[in-house]
Amino acid sequence: MEPVIDAINLVKQFGPFTAVDTINFSVRPGEVFGFLGPNGAGKTTTMKMIQCASPRTSGTLSVFGMDPGTHSSEIKAMIGVVPQETNLDTEFSTIENLIVYSRYFGISKEVAEERAEKLLDFVQLTEKRDVIIEKLSGGMKRRLILARALVNQPKLLILDEPTIGLDPQARHLIWEKLKLLRSLGNTIVLTTHYLEEAERLCDRLVIMNKGTILVQGSPAELVLDHVGSGIVEAEHSPGVEACLLDMDIPYEVVGDIVQVVTDNPRTVAQELLSKCDAKRVLTRAATLEDVFLKLTGRGLRE
Amino acid sequence: MIRDLFAIPRLTGKAWTVWQRNLDVFLKTWRVNLVPPFIEPFLYLIALGFGLGGFVGYIGDVPYIDFIAPAIVAVSIMNSAFFECTYGSYVRMYYGKTFDAIIATPVSIEEVIAGELLWGATRSMIYTGLMLPVLILFGVVDLPSSLLLIPFAFLGGLLFACIAMCFTAATPSIDALNYPSFLFITPMLLFSGTFFPITVLPPALQAFAYVVLPLTNVVSICRGITLTLFSPFMILNLAWIAIVTTVLFFLSVNLMKRRLIV
Ligand SMILES: Nc1ncnc2c1ncn2[C@@H]1O[C@H](COP(=O)(O)OP(=O)(O)OP(=O)(O)O)[C@@H](O)[C@H]1O
Ligand SMILES: [Mg+2]
Repeated sequence: MEPVIDAINLVKQFGPFTAVDTINFSVRPGEVFGFLGPNGAGKTTTMKMIQCASPRTSGTLSVFGMDPGTHSSEIKAMIGVVPQETNLDTEFSTIENLIVYSRYFGISKEVAEERAEKLLDFVQLTEKRDVIIEKLSGGMKRRLILARALVNQPKLLILDEPTIGLDPQARHLIWEKLKLLRSLGNTIVLTTHYLEEAERLCDRLVIMNKGTILVQGSPAELVLDHVGSGIVEAEHSPGVEACLLDMDIPYEVVGDIVQVVTDNPRTVAQELLSKCDAKRVLTRAATLEDVFLKLTGRGLRE
Repeated sequence: MIRDLFAIPRLTGKAWTVWQRNLDVFLKTWRVNLVPPFIEPFLYLIALGFGLGGFVGYIGDVPYIDFIAPAIVAVSIMNSAFFECTYGSYVRMYYGKTFDAIIATPVSIEEVIAGELLWGATRSMIYTGLMLPVLILFGVVDLPSSLLLIPFAFLGGLLFACIAMCFTAATPSIDALNYPSFLFITPMLLFSGTFFPITVLPPALQAFAYVVLPLTNVVSICRGITLTLFSPFMILNLAWIAIVTTVLFFLSVNLMKRRLIV
């Protein structure tokens, strides 16, 4: 099947600064594709190139087989965008936001009104139908933006941190809606900082750092390839460290805990308990978060 | 590079969806929006027409109040479009992120700016249409010729909208927009043949006013319309407005595109 998005050696520079540095990826029809990465990794910049809001510096990019540089209007008609920064029209009410936005797509008033009501229902905002935007909570605004991204019944959804700043309930609601949209055959591209979100939603994802793609694959593959299946953690003490060194088990000190990555968590845990006299021993499955931290480092981003 | 700035942008009818958005907002708050154009002519006519006019009496054979009535319209055409497309557009662009939201749809940035310019012009036209009854009530403008002010207000408004948008494209911040307001709009308000005939100025300054100050040309046409004194010179005024508007329309769209698409 022809990919929905195909990027080859994609580069974006702002003056002398390279924000996206020669990245390659391709998004297949019907999948949820994630971009993960610390602040400033280049995720938003990449989204903006896909949604024809920012021209690329070099490389090739095609969306639905078309070049965003020359066919922006056609491409934009087929995509729905949830931007990182909330940009609802504060002069209008909830429902008016959807109707005014539909007009930009050339959707007739009757169709727009009908769809708007359905979409409000979809994101559970019917009660707030006539409320002015200022009076919505942050989570309601994000949900409304999702609804707004759907007014043109897009084949491709681009979500830049769709659940930023939401409480767990609101986040789960959005996840549920995204899964539903996926099951209807939509292709979804999203960026996120929430590793749990990526793990739950994404069929495949890339981890970006400083403008480059470090790895790509399914969440499970990435965990297995880059970390391993299990992790054992114990309270850090010089004794435990010495003991692990003694047994030749590789480990890492993270704050006040010692971490061992292993395919045999039970054995390692038992040894830690019996031979090293370790405290607070804990075994858990490796997660995307471990991969993320391993690949992007633990230092804070600017 | 320079040539790119004057290139003819690709525009479609989608620009009107942006215009429509602004009209919708205007109509939502019509109570607030409709009051100023009624009050403004009252203030000018009473203060300048009756107050100052009592001392001045006539300018040529035109009563002073009739002399300034078209200038009041011209100034309103200037102000409504200029402030709409400076502060108004800047707030929508920068604070509301409205342009970002719209360009995620099939509407292009060029069309967004064109829609803003058309809206600025429309606003001038609406204001003129609301002021006119007051002026008619005072009996200071001729009928039916003065009805021509309404379509002319669109053209004059477009001129000031395009000028304004160039400043908006160039301004580093909303505060910096105070500069064109004080250094460009205020002098024009005083030296464009508004409250005294431009002929009292030295010839060099007169020429300067006609060639450089847009309002001079707008006042000249408004006055010809309200006094039913059509002269061939107005064709020159009209040509000046048409040419400058066209050039600045392209320039402002391209400048805004350069600012927003990075
Ligand atoms: N318009 C711009 N001009 C100059 N530099 C920019 C511009 N937009 C982004 N950058 C830079 O490009 C880099 C990538 O930014 P981008 O917004 O794509 O990061 P991100 O991965 O989305 O980060 P976050 O998770 O914080 O949203 C950053 O260093 C940023 O400062
Ligand atoms: Mg971002």
